[in-house]
Amino acid sequence: MRTDLIFLIPEITLLLMACLVLIVDAFSKDPLHKMTYRMAQLSLVLTLSAVIYYSPDYSYIAFNGGFITDTMSTLLKSFICAITIVVFFYSYEYLKENELLKGEYFVLGLFAVLGMMVMTSAYHLLSIYLGLELLSLSLYAMVAMQRRSTFATEAAIKYFVLGALASGMLLYGISMIYGLTGSLQFNDIVDTINAGDIDRAYLVYGMIFLIVGISFKLGAAPFHMWVPDVYQGAPTSVTLFISSAPKLAAFAMAVRVLVDGLLPLIEDWQSILSLLAILSMAVGNIIAIAQTNIKRMLAYSTIAHIGYLFLGLIAGTASGFAGSMFYIISYALMSLGTFGMIILLGRYDLEADRLDDFKGLSIRNSWFAFIMLFLMFSMAGVPPFLGFWSKWFVLKELIASGFVELAVIAVIFSIIGVYYYLRIVKLMYFDEPETMSAIKASQQMRAVLTVNGLLILLIGLAPDSLMHICLSAFSGL
Amino acid sequence: MITLPEVLLLGTLLFCISVAGIFLNRKNVLILLMCIELMLLSVNINFIAFSHFLGDIHGQVFVFFILTVAAAESAIGLAILVVMFRNRDTINVGELDSMKG
Repeated sequence: MRTDLIFLIPEITLLLMACLVLIVDAFSKDPLHKMTYRMAQLSLVLTLSAVIYYSPDYSYIAFNGGFITDTMSTLLKSFICAITIVVFFYSYEYLKENELLKGEYFVLGLFAVLGMMVMTSAYHLLSIYLGLELLSLSLYAMVAMQRRSTFATEAAIKYFVLGALASGMLLYGISMIYGLTGSLQFNDIVDTINAGDIDRAYLVYGMIFLIVGISFKLGAAPFHMWVPDVYQGAPTSVTLFISSAPKLAAFAMAVRVLVDGLLPLIEDWQSILSLLAILSMAVGNIIAIAQTNIKRMLAYSTIAHIGYLFLGLIAGTASGFAGSMFYIISYALMSLGTFGMIILLGRYDLEADRLDDFKGLSIRNSWFAFIMLFLMFSMAGVPPFLGFWSKWFVLKELIASGFVELAVIAVIFSIIGVYYYLRIVKLMYFDEPETMSAIKASQQMRAVLTVNGLLILLIGLAPDSLMHICLSAFSGL
Repeated sequence: MITLPEVLLLGTLLFCISVAGIFLNRKNVLILLMCIELMLLSVNINFIAFSHFLGDIHGQVFVFFILTVAAAESAIGLAILVVMFRNRDTINVGELDSMKG
């Protein structure tokens, strides 16, 4: 039992710190909430160091099979913490500028991170569910934080209803799997299915509900209805958060459920995921072309990216899963930069969320137009940027597993997708600006965004280092 | 004596009613919240039935967790609903259409 607790130290640290931040914020009179912000960042740094310090060199299952620490969970947790640190940094600038600053933003963010960490480490359907709910409930509240905005509250109610529907679907699936296998723990589920006494059709029936729940959370078509509205309606800082770290956690959940728990049913989930992947790539890439709001356009781009993420899972090999992990990490980095750019360009009462706001950016500020060019090229998948390698690894594994038709379809849709990313580049470099007002953001904000953009290029120049790390997460398979 | 398939049928029926309620309801957000609650409770029926017929306690423990989470969930849902009513003076589902594209 004592050794079990050691593996929980990062989560315990984060929980205690989140409660402490809540209390500190309740007693603080500072309208800028500096103390809350600094302590929230401190707790993330502490958690990150605890995750790295207590990283095990083998996978360890604790608490009667409810909790697992392995290379994958350590890696994803470190990335979740690191990404959230940057998210909080961008958000603080945004919230300060827009007079939305409330301490609760950071507290809810920390609890969401706790939920994500539980999801990445869950080895039991109950812990998956509890982690997921902790994450979702925090996000519902964060979306609704801009209380006077009709858009934000509408987005919140849509997100809430559809999210709760997804949880219900997931629970129904869990109850079916539990009823059939008599267990909620992934090891036992795999053993029972491998014993072969259960009718496969019933298992697939339960699994479909699980996949529907997971796809809802990831935002894959045809369960993507909430994504565009939430991305557009929520304050940009919240959109930034939703589009980055929780995607890593949702990926971890998909791997835990499908690979750790339902690997014997791989042929069945491969065919279901193929369908979802094709639909997501089609819906995402085609509808994004018609958008005039950049947040909404990026929402459809997310849906398309989730389609590519599924391709690595469909490949069904350890290197395929590693490719998916590479994909979701690089996607989180890119969306961090892109939403950071929207925050950078925005001012009080004027969100830079229309495509027209990017017109002539190269004249207004050539350096950030250049960074935005990096981000858009990377999203579109132009070599040598990060986004090219993530697509390349996923497609390579997909073809190696024999899904050539699917790879061809994916390439066709990614060529369609290039259009709307390059349109932004065209607006920035070849159109006249609508306003000539200077960019107001602080020096730190500029510095972090620059590093963010350059990172996309640097990792893109040496993709094998990150891929090597991702492969190590699945070396046990 | 009630058999497992009968209880499962009840659970599935309630689940279907609640999902249909979410998609068919065009009037009131409160009814959506009721449908969500009904959905979670129908899953609870499933869990308890399986737990009873398998002779395994885990399912009933799961039900306790679902009940607590459902309570937290409706608290947040109602809070969002109150905010929405203050902004728009209506809780009509049909009027939730200000974002398009």
